[in-house]
Amino acid sequence: MTAEPILSVRSLTTSFRVDGEWKPVVRDVSFDIRPGETLAIVGESGSGKSVTLLSIMRLLAHSTSRIEGQVLLNGRDLLSLSEKEIRAVRGNEVSMIFQEPMTSLNPIFTIGRQISEVLTRHKGMSATYARTETIRMLEKVRIPNAASRFNEYPHQFSGGMRQRVMIAMALASRPKLLIADEPTTALDVTIQGQILDLIKTLQEEEGMSVLFITHDMGVVAEIADRTVVMFRGDAVESGETEQIFHRGQHPYTRALLSAVPRLGSMEGQAVPLRFPIVDTVTGITTEPQPSRTMPERDAPILKVENLVTRFPVRSGLFSRQTGSIHAVENVSFDLKQGETLALVGESGCGKSTTGRSVMRLIEPTSGDIRLDGQNVRELGSSQLQRMRKSIQMIFQDPFSSLNPRMSVGQAIAEPFLKHGMGNAAEAKQKTADLLERVGLSASMMNRYPHEFSGGQRQRIAIARALSLDPKVIVADESVSALDVSIKAQVCNLLLDLQEQLDLAFLFISHDMAVVERVSHRVAVMYLGEIVEIGPRAAVFENPQHPYTRKLMSAVPVPDPARRGIRRGLMEEELNSPVRPMGYQSPKREYREVSAGHIVQVA
Amino acid sequence: MVQMPVYIGKRLLVAIPTLLIISIFVFSLQKLLPGDPIMAMAGEERDPAVLEPLREKYHLNDPIPVQYVRWLGGVAQGDLGVSLRTNQPVLELIGQKLPVTIQLAVMSMFFAVIIGVPMGILAAVKKNTILDYIANLVALSGLSVPNFWLGIMLILLISVNLGWLPASGFESIFVDPVRSIQTMLMPSFVLGTGLAATLMRHTRSAMLGVLSSDYIRTARAKGLSPREVILSHSFRNALLPVVTLSALLFGELLAGAVLTEQIFTIPGFGKLIVDAVFNRDYAVVQGVVMCTAVGFLVMNLAADILYVLLNPRLRATL
Repeated sequence: MTAEPILSVRSLTTSFRVDGEWKPVVRDVSFDIRPGETLAIVGESGSGKSVTLLSIMRLLAHSTSRIEGQVLLNGRDLLSLSEKEIRAVRGNEVSMIFQEPMTSLNPIFTIGRQISEVLTRHKGMSATYARTETIRMLEKVRIPNAASRFNEYPHQFSGGMRQRVMIAMALASRPKLLIADEPTTALDVTIQGQILDLIKTLQEEEGMSVLFITHDMGVVAEIADRTVVMFRGDAVESGETEQIFHRGQHPYTRALLSAVPRLGSMEGQAVPLRFPIVDTVTGITTEPQPSRTMPERDAPILKVENLVTRFPVRSGLFSRQTGSIHAVENVSFDLKQGETLALVGESGCGKSTTGRSVMRLIEPTSGDIRLDGQNVRELGSSQLQRMRKSIQMIFQDPFSSLNPRMSVGQAIAEPFLKHGMGNAAEAKQKTADLLERVGLSASMMNRYPHEFSGGQRQRIAIARALSLDPKVIVADESVSALDVSIKAQVCNLLLDLQEQLDLAFLFISHDMAVVERVSHRVAVMYLGEIVEIGPRAAVFENPQHPYTRKLMSAVPVPDPARRGIRRGLMEEELNSPVRPMGYQSPKREYREVSAGHIVQVA
Repeated sequence: MVQMPVYIGKRLLVAIPTLLIISIFVFSLQKLLPGDPIMAMAGEERDPAVLEPLREKYHLNDPIPVQYVRWLGGVAQGDLGVSLRTNQPVLELIGQKLPVTIQLAVMSMFFAVIIGVPMGILAAVKKNTILDYIANLVALSGLSVPNFWLGIMLILLISVNLGWLPASGFESIFVDPVRSIQTMLMPSFVLGTGLAATLMRHTRSAMLGVLSSDYIRTARAKGLSPREVILSHSFRNALLPVVTLSALLFGELLAGAVLTEQIFTIPGFGKLIVDAVFNRDYAVVQGVVMCTAVGFLVMNLAADILYVLLNPRLRATL
């Protein structure tokens, strides 16, 4: 390890101009990347990790940002290059891939054009030669039928395939350094596994270095040789990945690691377990408390039988129905008071549609839903309004699910008042209680959503859901968009509330590790069907269905000993749930593995 | 692309009921208007013995639905009736005046686009700089200065004081193209500036949205030059909403033409409709409004087709 570093960042400080004042958002950050090495920068939102890489590439707006220090690429300081010179570096010597494959490609150009543009720009290739080379790159990133897809547009590719296109584009010019900014965060876990495998393989083949930005400690453990931990603009710790994981010194490093949900950490636990919380300044750890809920084994509060939800697909001159999307197929489950049932699966598996169908936010096609003894599907609109008091929802995005023009007090009190549960004074009292209950303060009532952080907003959304004293809460990816440490706190809050209020949660999530931590029972969904359901311990410790196993093996485990593993996941896409007219769903058969643990066998 | 004719066919089918509704509206609106066309024709004559046969001649004593059906039947065969005033067929009148207004519209659109679009791009790229402020100020003035005032000022300055361009009048482009364009220069500039302001504002906001998108960050990270990033990657995306807007502006263009043609005494469509309304020349009013509605529908159809051609995501859903 004596080779000269490819990239050497020295005392990088980046400031943004806010209201006429320069505020540093990245302070005095230094690190080296050697040839063929992978360095991870890990941190939560606001830690400055993305700003660091945008500073390296000088992609920040000139007028509002100031970059100081040195960024040496093979000894040449990128910060002192002219605008023209740095453009010859971007996409050529240093390439980037980004978090959002869905929006990172230009929608009006073919992918072929977007990749060959790099080659004609940097390598001076002719259009025909660039085309040949582009197809070779598409094959390299394992896009099936590469040649025939050259003239296709981004919307014709799935998220995982688009990220492959991005990688092909980044590697087309054979860069010495690849900067990957959360490249797998927006992808499903099995697709994430494939993309990580691909990056590792290509890195070996091309011998390039990788600067990998992520918030996911599992991904770090799998991919990085060395790691830099960033916290509020400072690089608080850096070193070999193994050393960071096992002998991390800084309290924040330890806080981050302890908050990471680990698949398999619940072995031998009977009930959901809270996350341990480490103070980011002092490093003092609170012991994780197990949940004291013990769902009664008698009548369920929510019982769903043979739920089917389909959406018509129309086409042609008169928009005739030509097929349907079988979003939810024959789904049955029950949920008891004080219990958490998790619905897990990848995007498009129908888990969210199930949640919405149960509340009749989407009208189900057939099936039977009983909430607290009432047949939900037969309710008239006024009864439906009343029914919705006992079942409430918390959404994924805390930024868009609160009305920016309503104070949080109004937002929380609104359902209470609309349902005529009390007068204004009572609503105010209730709002104050709820804010305290979700860990905020009653004095925050008159503030507006933009004054709160993401985690706080999610607490507000929880308070709003609780204002009607519901019995069941549908939590649709409610912690997925939150930073790890915030996620841990909000999960703990949900467990607290469940204990205090005897709530039943339908916990919809794609995150296997979180699900393992918080749920009593788990249902795994694939293409609209539940393929496996059972007590949490049974499903996680003894998974039966091939899809459940595939899903679990794809989850990155925060253990550096697994670095360099290849999952060998098949390069396949999730099949489509679109069926032609007159399609007969196959008759499914199930097998009971142990008490309550049921698996689809055919 | 195979489905494009299907798409156009579908859109034309939808246009038929729209046109029928417009025709009913046009027909009944003028029946509700005060004033009697026969009285207007007759001038000082008030003798019922003279007026009544005229009413009979123009079927004005029939029940209104009968009048409507008769009129609509004629329209379907290209017969828009005869002007009560000049006894010329309405279609012929329109045929004379329409090319004039089309020339005015095309030249105005030309001014609107060459002023509004580059200014919008510039304002977006140089957001919050002095250039952006100037562009916004110009646009705001363009929107707030009335056409007639700008028209009169231009006539005073350029025609009366400097004598560069004719103050009014019109020459057909087929007879004397140079003089035709000269006479149209000021009117189309006046009409175009108002639209340019709207176009500029919309181009600016569309560009701002596109410039902050992820794929523009990708384009910059690829090492493309600002020119490639702005003109090729950004502008083509920002063009989509601007195309739709341009079709909607067509309506504004016609409304503006009415006033502009009066100021510059251009014998166009706008003048035709104004004269027809003042003279209660029902047949001409109906014909002109129907014709305008068809034009508006055609423009919107063209914009939608262009939109689909520019946007590969929509091409797939055809």
